[in-house]
Amino acid sequence: MTERIVGIKTPIKLEYTYTPGLASSRYLNGVARGKLIGQRCPECSKVYVPARGCCPACGVTLGEEVEVAQSGTITTFCVVNLPFYQAIKPPYVCASILLDGADMALFHLIQEVPAEEVRMGMRVEAVWVEPGELGPTMESIRYFRPTGEPDADYDSYKEHL
Amino acid sequence: MSELCAVVGVGQTQHSAKRDDVSIPGLVREAALRALDDAGMTFADIDAVVLGKAPDMFEGVMMPELYLADALGASGKPMLRVHTAGSVGGSTALVAASLIQAGVHGRVLCVAFEKQSESNATWAVTPSMPFQPPVVAGAGGYFTPHIRAYMKRSGAPPDVGIKVALKDRLNAIRNPYAHLHMPDITYEMIEESAMLWEPIRFHETCPSSDGACAMVLTSESIADATSKPPAWVWSTAMRSEPTMFSGRDQVNPQAGRDCAADVYEQAGITNPREEIDVAEVYVPFSWFEPMWMENLGFAPLGEGWKMTVEGATAFDGDLPINPSGGVLSSNPIGASGMLRFAEAALQVRGQAGEHQVPGAKKALGHAYGGGSQFFAMWIVGSDKPEGR
Amino acid sequence: MRDVAVVSFAQMPSVRREAQRNEVEMIGPVVQSAIERSGIGRKEIGFTVSGSSDYLAGQPFSFVMALDAVGAWPPIRESHVEMDGAWALYEAWVRLQHGDINSALVYAFGKSSPGSVRDLMALQLDPYCVAPLWPDAISLAALQARALLDRGDYSERDFAEVASRGRAAARDNPNSQVTGGADIDALLGEPYVASPLRRHACPPISDGAAAVVLAAEDTARRVCERPAWIRGIDHRIEPAALGVRDLTSSPSAELAAANAGVADGGVDVAELHAPFAHQELILRDALGLADGVAINPSGGALTANPLMVAGLIRIGEAAQRLIDGDATRAAAHATSGPCLQQNLVCVMETKQ
Repeated sequence: MTERIVGIKTPIKLEYTYTPGLASSRYLNGVARGKLIGQRCPECSKVYVPARGCCPACGVTLGEEVEVAQSGTITTFCVVNLPFYQAIKPPYVCASILLDGADMALFHLIQEVPAEEVRMGMRVEAVWVEPGELGPTMESIRYFRPTGEPDADYDSYKEHL
Repeated sequence: MSELCAVVGVGQTQHSAKRDDVSIPGLVREAALRALDDAGMTFADIDAVVLGKAPDMFEGVMMPELYLADALGASGKPMLRVHTAGSVGGSTALVAASLIQAGVHGRVLCVAFEKQSESNATWAVTPSMPFQPPVVAGAGGYFTPHIRAYMKRSGAPPDVGIKVALKDRLNAIRNPYAHLHMPDITYEMIEESAMLWEPIRFHETCPSSDGACAMVLTSESIADATSKPPAWVWSTAMRSEPTMFSGRDQVNPQAGRDCAADVYEQAGITNPREEIDVAEVYVPFSWFEPMWMENLGFAPLGEGWKMTVEGATAFDGDLPINPSGGVLSSNPIGASGMLRFAEAALQVRGQAGEHQVPGAKKALGHAYGGGSQFFAMWIVGSDKPEGR
Repeated sequence: MRDVAVVSFAQMPSVRREAQRNEVEMIGPVVQSAIERSGIGRKEIGFTVSGSSDYLAGQPFSFVMALDAVGAWPPIRESHVEMDGAWALYEAWVRLQHGDINSALVYAFGKSSPGSVRDLMALQLDPYCVAPLWPDAISLAALQARALLDRGDYSERDFAEVASRGRAAARDNPNSQVTGGADIDALLGEPYVASPLRRHACPPISDGAAAVVLAAEDTARRVCERPAWIRGIDHRIEPAALGVRDLTSSPSAELAAANAGVADGGVDVAELHAPFAHQELILRDALGLADGVAINPSGGALTANPLMVAGLIRIGEAAQRLIDGDATRAAAHATSGPCLQQNLVCVMETKQ
């Protein structure tokens, strides 16, 4: 009787060179200068940051570049208690952040505040890497942190949940 | 007017964390052969095969319909491969039904599977991609913010999720195929389990399962001639919307509401809560039960949680939700949607065994995927649709 | 069956590497163009379905983001196949048979440039016993070409003639990628990539996207002067294990062609999805095409081969010739899997 084989290891290694695309390139070039650049939809006028090329609702190519604020409102969030791969010790908070001047929230990390104190409506701002380390990469923004402003009114962001 | 379609055979595998007793072909054949056996057929009777599964990275096989053609008896036949994210199992059933409804084929085998143990599923879902924020939080990290938003909107008590998880895990005990069998499960056990993605605890999340599901769908004349009672397809619907756009309601997505309205209208249903006897709904995290109760029109806006709290969704409630134990008890991702559709069919065929809801005549099967953006649904009944 | 026709087709020029635009940005203009040409409003489209591959894109759920290019709002009826867009078109054709909707948008996209396609395709094989050996796509095709040569009906010169004709035709096609020298003796002087396949007998690596709009009955007649009516469409698959197949013929293409009704009338033009030169010879036999049929007037997959798209392009190219009034009956073919494992055949006519 031969031994039953219940598994074999077949490592697969594939390398890809990704293309960020025109819209993401604009955003990343802005980030490299410490700016948050979005684009406006020519049909519905909504501002997307970061833009991904097309207005998802209208299906048309986004137009005018718009610089938005570096602060915004936490619309909703979750507290992650599982250790994932990045070097952040749980618990940590991932939040949807509606930047002032943008019409869609982006997802980012919240730090410099205990997880249990994070709340919907909290005002936060971007914390960047040192100026010398700025580059066209998402890692240029380290995280967002509370600004200390009063919380935003629920009505001001309830359409973005 | 499209042709009538019926489910005449249902099969599923034993779902578990690691089915290392079978290969990928062995897994899909286990479900397919059970469905064929239930239908009183063999592979030779089948006109076409439709295969569904979530990302190929889960098993490390690119377009596995090519590799699985032999195992599923598809050689010399048409074979399609569907991929619509988490809703894929449902979409696969709908594509198969579409082939019958279009009058293209008389007998179609649809199969959906996932063998997550063959790869690293979390890696496959959230690889570290350039140009995206460096925040890896897993599927729960994506969905729990919407749960928090639902809690805020509805004012639901904080323990609704615990009650859903308890109910589904208790239901699973009646289902011999379920991955999780936890006869000793209690409210306290769930409450005290680790908080993974606050507000979601470990026992409020779905497991990661290996498993497959299969169904044989046929045209009316063939279904009329089968010995076991068929489940008649009353209506089918699918809807999609973009992942993210300004003003998108991610708690109660329009695509889900539209899809439900469509599937009810086609079936002549005006009061779903009254007219549907049982529903198998895709609930991967406990709180999605109350959210989908509202999205599906079973409860008024903001009151879905009351159905859970009042016991309406319990096995003996007026609208049992997931008597099979649902996704919370078995989650072979690509197959999870088809399991909802198949369990709905089993109920109206009176073939659901210990988790049979007495007298179930009309059932809803529901699947969703992506960022709550892809929806697939069908309504099946013991009788032929009225007027047919 | 309900009469369904291709009423518009759009594609982006295939390129070796689309370094500027991502998939959404590639698809957006193509979808917009196909819809504009169709004369059917975007919001009137009854069903949308796409074809693409996550492994090609190198990310799971790659089709999800692609939906941004479609403007799926308010929500749409939509589906996706992890297959070449030709099979997405098949799904749309089936859906249109139900009778409740009258138009469909089909699109496909594929960027082969980010990864190593030649290696990647090994992942389509038996994951336990074959894929771990990493047999590359060109070598598998070369096995088939060798078997065909050994059968004795064709020579390497025949392969070169196919490539030469394709390259010559591609000069008139702004969407093709390879239009190089077409001198047969020069082509035969090239070194082997994998014997017996030389460079010219292998496809280029391409990035591309394409879209087709289908319409039924009166809707098609309303928006299009000469709709390309689908008279028959069928697809068949063969076993995965190469050892159990006769690689020198294509019984699945033959069966699909018979079911689609290729032989029910004369064919003016055929677009065959043959990524390798010898496969065009196998397919020509399988479809039973007569000597006078214009094969691959677009240049074919040997001159532009965006994976997941090239099959849909064959249907689109053939349909466009009918829409333009250059032909009255066409056969289009798409393939998937190693060595022509899976084949789809679509017959279109201008005749009402």
